[in-house]
Amino acid sequence: MAAIEILDLEKSYLVGFWRKRPKPALRPLRLTIEEGEVFGFLGPNGAGKTTTLKLLMGLVFPTAGTARLLGFAMDDSRVKSQIGFLPEQPYFYDHLSARELLNYYGQLSGVPAKGRTAKVERMLARVGLSDSAGVQLRKFSKGMLQRVGLAQAILHEPKLVFLDEPMSGLDPMGRREVRDLIQQLRSEGKTVFFSTHILSDAEALCDRVGVIHQGELRGVGAVAELTSGKQGKIEIVFYAGPGLGQGQGQGQGQRVPAALISLGAEARVSGNMVNAILPEEQQEAALDVLRRERLKLISLTPVRSSLEEYYIAKLRPSESHTEPGHKDESRKEEGPREESRRGVGV
Amino acid sequence: MNSRIGYIAFNTFREAVRDRVLYNLIAFAVLISGAAILVGEISIDIERLVVVNLGLTAVSMFGVVIAIFIGIGLVSKEIDKRTLYTVLSRPVRRWEFVVGKFFGLTGTLVVNTFFMALGVFLALLYVAHKFDKMDVWVLVALYFIVLQFLIVCALALFFSSFSTPLMSAVFTFALFIIGSLAEDLRGFARITHGAGGWLATAIAYLVPNFSALNVISQVAHGDPIAGRLILYNSLYAVLYSAMAISGAVLIFQRRNLK
Repeated sequence: MAAIEILDLEKSYLVGFWRKRPKPALRPLRLTIEEGEVFGFLGPNGAGKTTTLKLLMGLVFPTAGTARLLGFAMDDSRVKSQIGFLPEQPYFYDHLSARELLNYYGQLSGVPAKGRTAKVERMLARVGLSDSAGVQLRKFSKGMLQRVGLAQAILHEPKLVFLDEPMSGLDPMGRREVRDLIQQLRSEGKTVFFSTHILSDAEALCDRVGVIHQGELRGVGAVAELTSGKQGKIEIVFYAGPGLGQGQGQGQGQRVPAALISLGAEARVSGNMVNAILPEEQQEAALDVLRRERLKLISLTPVRSSLEEYYIAKLRPSESHTEPGHKDESRKEEGPREESRRGVGV
Repeated sequence: MNSRIGYIAFNTFREAVRDRVLYNLIAFAVLISGAAILVGEISIDIERLVVVNLGLTAVSMFGVVIAIFIGIGLVSKEIDKRTLYTVLSRPVRRWEFVVGKFFGLTGTLVVNTFFMALGVFLALLYVAHKFDKMDVWVLVALYFIVLQFLIVCALALFFSSFSTPLMSAVFTFALFIIGSLAEDLRGFARITHGAGGWLATAIAYLVPNFSALNVISQVAHGDPIAGRLILYNSLYAVLYSAMAISGAVLIFQRRNLK
């Protein structure tokens, strides 16, 4: 069953003083997230990620379209007890302690009084705040508030968790812990929808990602596929000791055989190591050069696409509508419903 | 009462108390004890009158200021600080949030008034050395003051549901002042004819009638308060507050929390 079904959800705000005109914050969005999936919603600041989350949470009202969460209409109050939400840069009641806040949210989420206290304590321990549980939140650092935010989002054991920039404001250790937490949620079978502009997080955590820019969904794809696509190039790493033979010039050329350069290699020298990228069809010829020059091969790997390349490609205006690299694969997986109404390519 | 409303109300009360709202009691205690000592020194036979007048007026003023300045921020502060997002993403309806906030603030004011009332009675005891039967009407005046707070809270909440905190404060305070002159306004409407008369009548009945809720002068002189007035004032305050809260809910239900 689909955990999230977004059906042409659209939001415009009226701007201007005298003559109000609509400014689109989210263009018609069509997207389906399956149960148990970890989905990353990628995009630069102001792309429409938070607007989408606010629409799904019922904090702003759509100009058009609708969505279904866990099979319920998004404005159905029954679904609210089954979802958790962490807003971007969360801020909580200053004069409550973390323990009191979680207890309050537990009450509002309908967590039964019996066992609520134990659940709150477990959650505080899970996010590493047991020692600060009685301290008022106004004394918390940004990172600690983010942890409280995560705790309140999953306290009531929701089936579907929305996280808006969950790594924001966290140090490397904190980011690692949040990543572990999301992995745990995945292993518990929860559906996680999180927005981020940190691509390494998305690559490490997500089953699929969607790229949004200027309120428009530019593409959706499975991370495994996006990062496994060959680019028709190979990367050769070899050891070029100080006694390298003929064909050397000055500087970089001292370590890179001229024959390799003539095959179209782009080489980078780092100490005694050389990293060369060249067309796949030149693989055998390049290996012959290395054998001839008696150079020690360290590795030979095909160059694969990175999520960053996919993301950058989707953000380019010229490629927003036709991006050949992953179009067919995503279509196969998602079908036409993954496209926005304007037919934005996947 | 719906349990979620109760949780929100309690949280609002707890936040207000911890935000040192009740610190105003210190200023009130200084004022009332200073006044009692001074009055005891300089007044002859009118100590009670002065203490009741001054005490109840101070209770009303302190409470109204708190009601306005907390009331106008109840919703807007939660939107600005985004604390509302984590509340409304739960099974909490928007009307429950508004009503919970209203009860939380009125609860704070009731507790605040209770302590100030204690101060007034202690000051009375200090100047008169004993309680009198007519002091019971002071309790009625205090009850009417609490009814005023209900209306002021509801108005502050209503204005803050669509306006900025500053404008909400201005609107609410202006209505409090106009409402305190409601009887004069009604008198003016009676003697005015034509379109002006209609307009004056409409305004006179639209603004909250705070003057009917102000019996401070009467009880200071020891005059009794009619039971019918207690009933009418109670109904009036509840209905007027309910209307203002309903307006706040209607507006808040449609508001985009950007």
